[in-house]
Parts: sequence; C-alpha cells; structure tokens
Amino acid sequence: MNFDLLVAILMTIAGAATPLLIAGLGELVVEKSGVLNLGVEGMMLIGAVTGFAVATTTGYPVIGLVAAMLAAAAAALIFAFLVLTLMANQVATGLALTIFGTGVSALIGAPFVGITTPTLGLLFPHALTDTPLLRLIFGHSPLVYFSLILTVAVFWFLNRTRAGLILRAVGESDSAAHAIGYPVLLVRYLAVLFGGAMAGLAGCYYSLVLTPMWAERLTAGRGWIAIALVVFASWRPGRMLAGAYLFGLVITMELQAKAAGFNILAPEFLAALPYIATIVVLAVISAAKRGGTNAPACLGKPFRATA
Amino acid sequence: MFDTTRRKLLAAGAVGAAGLAIGTTPFAAMAEDAKKDGPVKAAFLYVGPVGDFGWTYAHDQARKCMEKKLGDMVKTTYVENVAEGPDAERVLRQLAQDGNDIIFATSFGFMNPTIKVAKQFPKVKFEHATGYTTGGNKNMGLYNSRFYEGRAVLGTIAGMMSKTGKAGYVASFPIPEVVMGIDAFQLAAQKVNPKFQTQVVWVNSWYDPAKEADAAKALLDQGADVITQHTDSPAPLQAAEKAGAIAFGQAWNMESFAPNAHMTAIVDNWCPYYTRRVQAVHDGTWEADNVWLGMKDGEVEMAPFNNKMPEDVQKAAQKIIDGTKDGSYDVFTGPIKDQSGKEKVSAGQKIPDEELLKLDWYVDGVKS
Repeated sequence: MNFDLLVAILMTIAGAATPLLIAGLGELVVEKSGVLNLGVEGMMLIGAVTGFAVATTTGYPVIGLVAAMLAAAAAALIFAFLVLTLMANQVATGLALTIFGTGVSALIGAPFVGITTPTLGLLFPHALTDTPLLRLIFGHSPLVYFSLILTVAVFWFLNRTRAGLILRAVGESDSAAHAIGYPVLLVRYLAVLFGGAMAGLAGCYYSLVLTPMWAERLTAGRGWIAIALVVFASWRPGRMLAGAYLFGLVITMELQAKAAGFNILAPEFLAALPYIATIVVLAVISAAKRGGTNAPACLGKPFRATA
Repeated sequence: MFDTTRRKLLAAGAVGAAGLAIGTTPFAAMAEDAKKDGPVKAAFLYVGPVGDFGWTYAHDQARKCMEKKLGDMVKTTYVENVAEGPDAERVLRQLAQDGNDIIFATSFGFMNPTIKVAKQFPKVKFEHATGYTTGGNKNMGLYNSRFYEGRAVLGTIAGMMSKTGKAGYVASFPIPEVVMGIDAFQLAAQKVNPKFQTQVVWVNSWYDPAKEADAAKALLDQGADVITQHTDSPAPLQAAEKAGAIAFGQAWNMESFAPNAHMTAIVDNWCPYYTRRVQAVHDGTWEADNVWLGMKDGEVEMAPFNNKMPEDVQKAAQKIIDGTKDGSYDVFTGPIKDQSGKEKVSAGQKIPDEELLKLDWYVDGVKS
C-alpha cells in the first residue's frame, strides 16, 4: 500500500468520524446531566437543512453553521421544555423529536432539493496541502479540528471545572444536588441546548462539507449511531473519540476492501460489522462492572423539586 | 420513515373521505371494466423520499406530470419512505382500503408484498415496477424500463474516456436489475477497451449519501477514474467532481452537482406510462400486462452530453443511442463471457428478456 492511498484512507476515516464525534459529545454532556435525548437524528436533520438553506441564501457557509446550531438548539429547547418543565417521558419525547425533525427538515428543504451551495472550505491555505503528509495534517475541514478541540474541552469541562462537577452531580443525584442548592433544571436545560447545538453542527457537516447538498433524510441514521457511541464510550469523552474513529475506520475499511477487490467476507457481513462491533463492546462493557455502572444514575428520570 | 408514512396515510385517508363525500360509493368506484365517472384514484408507493433527486424523485415527477396531463380525470396520493418488506404490505393494504383504483408500487422489494395484497383486493389494480412475477394475479401488472440501454451508452463513454481503464461502480443490492446494469456497462466499455475493468462496491442501501460518497472515494483511491452508480443520491458524483474524475447521473440529470464530472445521465421518464395506464383505468380498458419499455418508447432518455466530452466520444455515444432506438444495437449480444471466462452466450445470440430479468452472473471484467 502506498503512502498516498494511506493518507486518502485516513482522511476519509476522519471525515466519517467527525460528525459522529461532534453529535456524540453533545449527547454525552446531555446524558451526563441525567437527560436522555433520543432526538439527535432529528436535530441533526434540522441542522443540516438550516445550514444548507442559510448558506445557500446568504452565500456564507459560516453563517449557515451558526444558523444550524441555533435551529437545532431551538428544537432541543422544545424537547427540554416538554421533558424538564412538563416532565414528559424522555424516551417517547426524544423519538418524537426525531420524527418531528425528519418531517420539518423535509418541509423546509423542499425548495432546496437539487441545487448546490457554497461549501465550507479548508482552514489552511492550499499551499500547505501539497504533499500527502501535509495534507493529512492541514487538509481537513475546520470542523475536524473543531471536533478534536471539542473532545478536550468537554473532558476538561466535565472533570476539571466546578461547573462540570455540578453537571455531573445533577446527573448522578438530582435530589441531592437540589438539596444543596444547585439549579437542577437550569443545568439540564443548558446541557440539552448544548447537545442540540452540537447535533445541528454535526448535521450541517453533511450538508455543507461531506456531501454538499440537501436531500431528505440526508444523515441516514447517523444520529442513532452517535447515541450508541455514547454508551459505547461509557460516557467518557476520550473513549468517545476512540469510538467515533473506530467506527469511521470500520466503515471506511469495509468500502476500501471492496474497492480493492477483496472478497473474503460477504458484503452483507462487512456492512453489519460496525453494528456487531457495537454490540460486542456493549456486552464487554456491561460484563466488566466498572464500565457498566458508569451510566449517570439519574439518566432518563424526571426531576420534581420537592422542597 | 414511520412519521412520513403515517402523515401521507392520513392524507390518503382524507382523499378517500373526500371521494365518499362526492357521492360515489367506494364499491361502485372499484367496479371492474366499467368506465369511471369520477376521477380515478391513483396511489404511489415510494421506497425513498420524494426529495432524493434520484429514483423516487423521477417517479414523483412523473406522477405530477401525469396529473397535469389528465387534469380532473385523476386524483393521486403517495406514500414515501416505505421500507421494503412487511411495512410495504401494511401501507399497500391501507391504500387499497382507502378506495384507490390503481396502486403503483415503485421498488423491486415491493414485489412480494404487492402480490400478497393484490390477492386480497381483486378489484383494485396494482402495478409493480421492476419485478419479474405477479404471482398469478390478474389484477397486477408489471412495468419496467430498459435502463441497461442507457448503461451501454455510459459504458461506451467510460471505455473511451478512462485513462486507467478502471471504473468504480457504486451499487445498492445484487438484484437482477442492478446486475443487468453492471453487465451492460462493462460489456459496452469492453467493446471499446478490451482490458476495461469495472470494480463494484455494494453499499447495501438505495440511499445513504455519506456512505455512497465514501464508497466512491474508496474506488477513486484505488485507481478508478470513472464513477458510475446504481444508488439514488448525487453524492458519488460530488466525490468524482472533487477528484477530477468523470461520472454519470442516476435517474435524473444531476449536472448541477458536478458540472465538470457529469458527462450525461440516464433519465427515467415514467410519465407516458403512468398517463396511459391511468387513462386506461378511466376508460375501463385496463388489463394486467408486463411491459418493458426503453429508449425507443421514450421511457429511458439520456441527459444532454457535457461539452467537455470529446467529439468522437459524443459521436460514439450517439451511435449507441440511435442503434438502440432503431433496434440494430443490443448490448447483450454474444459472444459474452462470464467472470470465470466461460462463454455464456455464443456469438450472435442475444440474452432473452426472461433471462435478463433473472440475471445473476457477471460478465468478464467485472470485479465484485
């Protein structure tokens, strides 16, 4: 295998992993605060369509990115109001959010089917991407670098800051956090909004970077993979990074192996491999007690202030 | 997914209710072989979203075109994003119960559900696209387009323009329809360049833009300089555009997504067929049949050639189109060898239609 090919493959892996990582980190923070939001796919689609629509209309992809985050966060706000203030069931509301997002994105996107958009360019000048090695370092979309910084930032926030400690406390024992005076609902609202913004950003990674177009259901189920990755990562940002890239690796290698003409395994098996890997890892994590108990204790439970 | 299905079903229900309100009873409306007084109610079952800009989009454009042509004669509804399998059966049954006169099921995987539901609703007319059997139902017809005729044009262009002699084929599922397209493409390319190879990557989905793009990238990384596809989104074209390769649109003119890479496209034009069939239901002359129409009938069209295509290539491609239309050219004419080099079709022989519709082997030069 020559170096050029290796670099091309590594870049494809980064491209496949980045949206999963961004959306997954958002959901990780949400779940750490004790809320389960299954609406990631819906919010991603809302982000994807908003980003595309705004970038096409204004001509500036960066404005599209911001709009995508705001729109998906707005959708997350509806979710937060329903499950936090009105205490609706989180699983059902999350599913409804995905269904809502799929429908509303198709509605908003109808006039944008079949047209092209200005895409988000590279962060570094083209002069820096002449050789394969330089391309591997400097040739990615800005969002790839952002996702790596985000991983460190989320780790630092959760484990090294007071605000992160409060967020984890809220997720582990909402009543105790409430008793010592922390605003449980406010913390959860903010976490859900952050998760929404990240899902929106991940969504418009598809519509503005990876496959610059709008078509219905553009994200094709990636939001669900992001949610699965949170469990896979046992709620740790570092493992989230590893999980997203592992997933990207498996998807890319499947296609590369086929393109290279290797026919050792049935294509159906290769296509199922990422999901089999997920199930195996989940089983291993649950078997090893330490990881299994890593889920936030209050995950998915409604909180009612008692005193 | 479920939501859209549900939403469209509710809409279908509303249309059904409106039909009742006009005064015809649903049973009278379904009476066989009688000229219809009210509008014909036609329903469409789609496997993807109408906004996919590919396969489903083409069907939906034809539905709108038919509606325009027939005016008050027809009322249409559609259900999009229906999964192939049990879900399709449920939706089909619902559409039949809603009093639709004719139901078009527009994906290969809807075949068995359609056969099943057609048995339960003998007075409703069913039409299934790209299938090979009606299971003996007299109220079920089959229709298909000879897309492979277009694939032969693409193969000719690929064979002449490729420098590496290797094409990447982003394919969905190994069903006869797809196998036929791969074989036609390779046969035509091989005729121009005997060393030509077609590398197939199965993405196991009709529609997954990110995966289609990654598959195209993988093929380009591995030395292909032509990308062609049998999946429904323009994503592989975009990957080809980025890499400076050439590619072809699928089901619809996708030039806007890849102005440099897009050489031409196979354009599905179902409008004449839908118009004819619904008209037949209206006139009471509908009969189940099995049609397979192609370029000659205007069902398969080629998008305008890209200006970047050299003149000799344009001429060669046009020759294939003209030959197909006047019947002098058939890509499945022997000698044809299979992957192992064994001769499957002897010189001068043609693969008969019924065998084509069950095709499950690849011609020499296809790597899958």
